[in-house]
Amino acid sequence: MSTSTQSTRTGRVRGRELPGRNRRRQQPPSQPSWFLVPAFVLLTLFFLVPSVYNFVYAFTDWSSFKSAIGFVGLRNFENVAKNGVLLTDLRTTVLYAAGVAVFQNLFGLGLALLLEADTRLNRFARTMFFIPVVMSALAVGYIFQALLKPEGALNALIGLFTGGFDYAWLADTRWTLLWVVLIHSWKWMGLAMIIYLAGLKTISGDVLEASRLDGASRWQTFRLIRFPLLAPALTFNVATALLGSMNSFDIVQATTGGGPAQKTEILNIFIYRTFGQGLFAQATTMSLVLFITIAVMAFPTIYLLRRRERVL
Amino acid sequence: MAPEGGGGPLHAVVVVLLTAVVVGVPLWLVLVTSVKSQGEALLPSLALPRDGFHLVANYSTVITDGRLGAALLGSVLVVAPSVVFVLLLASMASWVLARRKGRWISVLYALGISGLILPPAVVTLVLLLRQLQLAGTVGGMVMVYVGIYMSTAIFFITGFIRTIPPELEEAARVDGAGPVRTFFTVVLPLLRPVMATATILICLYIWNDVFYAFFVVGGRLDTLPLNLFQVASAGAYLNNWHLIFAYVVLMSLPLVLVFVIAQRRIISGITGGAVK
Repeated sequence: MSTSTQSTRTGRVRGRELPGRNRRRQQPPSQPSWFLVPAFVLLTLFFLVPSVYNFVYAFTDWSSFKSAIGFVGLRNFENVAKNGVLLTDLRTTVLYAAGVAVFQNLFGLGLALLLEADTRLNRFARTMFFIPVVMSALAVGYIFQALLKPEGALNALIGLFTGGFDYAWLADTRWTLLWVVLIHSWKWMGLAMIIYLAGLKTISGDVLEASRLDGASRWQTFRLIRFPLLAPALTFNVATALLGSMNSFDIVQATTGGGPAQKTEILNIFIYRTFGQGLFAQATTMSLVLFITIAVMAFPTIYLLRRRERVL
Repeated sequence: MAPEGGGGPLHAVVVVLLTAVVVGVPLWLVLVTSVKSQGEALLPSLALPRDGFHLVANYSTVITDGRLGAALLGSVLVVAPSVVFVLLLASMASWVLARRKGRWISVLYALGISGLILPPAVVTLVLLLRQLQLAGTVGGMVMVYVGIYMSTAIFFITGFIRTIPPELEEAARVDGAGPVRTFFTVVLPLLRPVMATATILICLYIWNDVFYAFFVVGGRLDTLPLNLFQVASAGAYLNNWHLIFAYVVLMSLPLVLVFVIAQRRIISGITGGAVK
């Protein structure tokens, strides 16, 4: 808030000082500073202020059971860390995000390479693969819950080939996190696909022609030329996959609800559950942990990916 | 050189099979289960219904029990103003952020796109809304979405404005148009492509959002995803698959139809924004 008003003021002052004297050399800004105000007021009030509140209320005993809010220092952090949930959920969230970043990009890149040519069939397939992107993540979660039941359609399909298959996909404490990661990647792979397709379109035909004349195989052309030139698309896709899945909720809620045995409980599931129990301060503490985790993971990742773009 | 992954019968077979299994099977499961009887839908399978199609019965049950009318109204009431506000306010700010230079502008721009990376603080957001007497209201929900997606809009629109030359605006100014008039008659019409992209993405996010809706209006306003959650949670052990999937079909239909009709423009819009 303070920053936006301050700049408004300096902008106006500058506008008032300069007229006439510098007109020929430098015209006064023609974009009024107050154009910034409404956007930044709403952004500040409904995005930045709650984030600052996070740093305050995580240190209180705010809950639905008391009317007063008291300061308790680090007790929330100690409590959550002591019962082990914090660290497990944190690990689950990071694994989830890393898994989604890997699979969403593998699927998206694979689809882009498969459907690269502009044929009628490929265009139809691209449309089909984009439909999950348009659907609600909650709906996608329910679809896979039905599909992955032990007596469900997927096991029946596999059973056609193996003569009977019985596996409780979403009740396996060891692998369920991976299945949920794959569902998340399934929902969003269409978006990754079209970003990679756009990247592939920007590669000039001359470069590919030259590599073919030099006798490069398809795989060499891909590894040495096409993939490196996809760096901007990769940056965008990895960053959005990482950040989007750190903030995921719907798919996990609809498939496992955080189970089995809390093996798929990501931070937003915990926040939702704890908030529902009226333990607002604890939920805030986790929200703060999520905030810090994302900041710590995102900035170095984006920095590294950007630097990789520049080197190439 | 012809792009790889081109024609050839083997390629066609791979594409058809992959599409059918990976996307076709889940979507078929939804459609076929949504017309089955409750008994047959208990164990959702890919088979056609054996005891007749229950299309009308299931869909009308969902429309009445799932309060589809109210949910549709609620979703539209929230989505439409959110998108209008976020795009209008973000493009005003983006014009200044893209055209001016200086340390303050860089700081403001960084602040403006901070929401691209950092997650919204959803719990304290509820506290703030209570303090502002906005908890549980459509207005509160709209402002929350505007705050959350402002960064996305600023990021896309600022990037776009930087690619268009400022001469047109200067010409308008020389012709005597004030800044406000220049913005609305010259700048805003130029932004049409990026507006289309941003509208689609933000519509998609808000139309399908259930997480923030839970916290801000949960129980006090019907929206499509909130009501889907209720329909799904109503059966004791999530057994009403016929109703869940009928609701999924009805709820997905508007966006899927819009997408299938306008897919070329949508896809070119999204890709134009992401990869330069």
